Amino acid sequence: MITGLNAGLEKRLEADTGQKVRSCYQCKKCSAGCPVAFAMDLLPHEVMRMVVYGQEARLLGSSTIWLCASCETCSTRCPNEIDIAGVMDGLRRMAVDEGVIPAEPEIAAFHKSFLAGIKLAGKTNEPVLIGAYKALSRRVFDDLGLGAVMLAKRKIKLLPRTVKDRRAVRRIFRGSKGGARM
Amino acid sequence: MSGHSYSYFPGCSQSGTAEEFGLSTEAVCRALGIELAELPDWNCCGASSAHMTNDLLSVALPGRDLAIANLLSKDLLVVCAACYSRLKVAQARINCDEALAGKIEDIVGADPRFNGEVRHLLDMLVNDIGFAYIKKWMKLELSGLKAVPYYGCLLVRPPEFCFCDSVENPTDLDRLLEAIGVEVRPWSFKTDCCGGSLSLSRTDVVERLVNRLFVRAEEAGASCIVTACPMCAANLEMRQKPGRLSFKIEHRVPVLYFTELLGLALGVAGVEKCLARHIISPMPLMKELELLTTERA
Ligand code: SF4
Ligand code: SF4
Repeated sequence: MITGLNAGLEKRLEADTGQKVRSCYQCKKCSAGCPVAFAMDLLPHEVMRMVVYGQEARLLGSSTIWLCASCETCSTRCPNEIDIAGVMDGLRRMAVDEGVIPAEPEIAAFHKSFLAGIKLAGKTNEPVLIGAYKALSRRVFDDLGLGAVMLAKRKIKLLPRTVKDRRAVRRIFRGSKGGARM
Repeated sequence: MSGHSYSYFPGCSQSGTAEEFGLSTEAVCRALGIELAELPDWNCCGASSAHMTNDLLSVALPGRDLAIANLLSKDLLVVCAACYSRLKVAQARINCDEALAGKIEDIVGADPRFNGEVRHLLDMLVNDIGFAYIKKWMKLELSGLKAVPYYGCLLVRPPEFCFCDSVENPTDLDRLLEAIGVEVRPWSFKTDCCGGSLSLSRTDVVERLVNRLFVRAEEAGASCIVTACPMCAANLEMRQKPGRLSFKIEHRVPVLYFTELLGLALGVAGVEKCLARHIISPMPLMKELELLTTERA
């Protein structure tokens, strides 16, 4: 039996993203052109329908909301002008806000590391990002050879770049509750 | 040419993994007499990680940059396709939603309603500077070089912010490359996604996307891929080796920034050093085609 239904899901998502997913007529154009569809557990057109059916638990616990690469190919092509990528964003943010355990922990860890780096320095520094990501995702040994090549080619700078006005950056994170959750 | 003066948002990648993009951009602009005034104390736009997880943060981070740009009252030139997209989206949302604008103003402590235009480098070169002017300063035709132009996602999508002549089949980069003598090979993957945001976290997915792009580029008869996005470039360069599960062939196709080729054509000093630093070296190809000044001298 499908549990975790929420009849208010569609309305809530519409309030957040402005998207009217009920106008989807299931042509599947979105799924046909999606570059990562092969790796998804729910295809984009299925996500649209499931929002209408209020299948909140399945949606927020899906891999799809994390795998979506925000390439917007679907949104550009939808004959009903649904911003499918925007719906994916809305669902992902809902999952983050509600503390749902992400089905793709590495992807969630990547975003968390990326934002932690900005919070710290105001700018993105690859060594900080990679270090934080490896610690959070526990994938310490991935890409070690590549890291060495990048260091040799001076692709990775060891001295971090920072914003001078660090207080302004902290204020932005505090004001938008960034990096607190996830 | 006088009067081309912009405030300038270099973006994080351009002093990290994509330093060659930043250096060649600045060198090309100098050579063409385009004045760039770097935005003082700019911060990271938040890229996909902010926009994918926290909506307010994804507007507030570029919001601070827009507030700084306001003080310079010039159009804002952006190099990276991702920064361009984030700044453009944030500007549109701030400028048409007073409630949001007020919130962002509170958070960043300055007025984020930027009235100038956020412009991408490629747009500026193609539409403001123009091919006739670029040709006038050209020192070297890049003849013999066969390339496929790769736009990726963020130069063309969302369509509201696409400056190219088409969303599905843009030709801006094609025409620029042709103007400097490059043979542009036709292919249908110009605007396909490379999966950049998943590059570190779901390498298996990304390898499959990247491998397909290389197979298609090779089939099209290209000896290099030319891009205007540092995320695409890093992702394509890093993921050409077969991974654990994904594919068998190892590709060794150079991935170049369009500004590097433009710099080469304009005879700009320092561009050859940029070329030499790529993970997949284009130097053998460039030597073979006698496109390096040091070789010709
Ligand atoms: S392209 Fe639009 S209408 Fe067609 S299935 Fe996808 S969301 Fe529905
Ligand atoms: S935005 Fe997401 S769902 Fe849409 S085509 Fe791209 S990856 Fe697929």
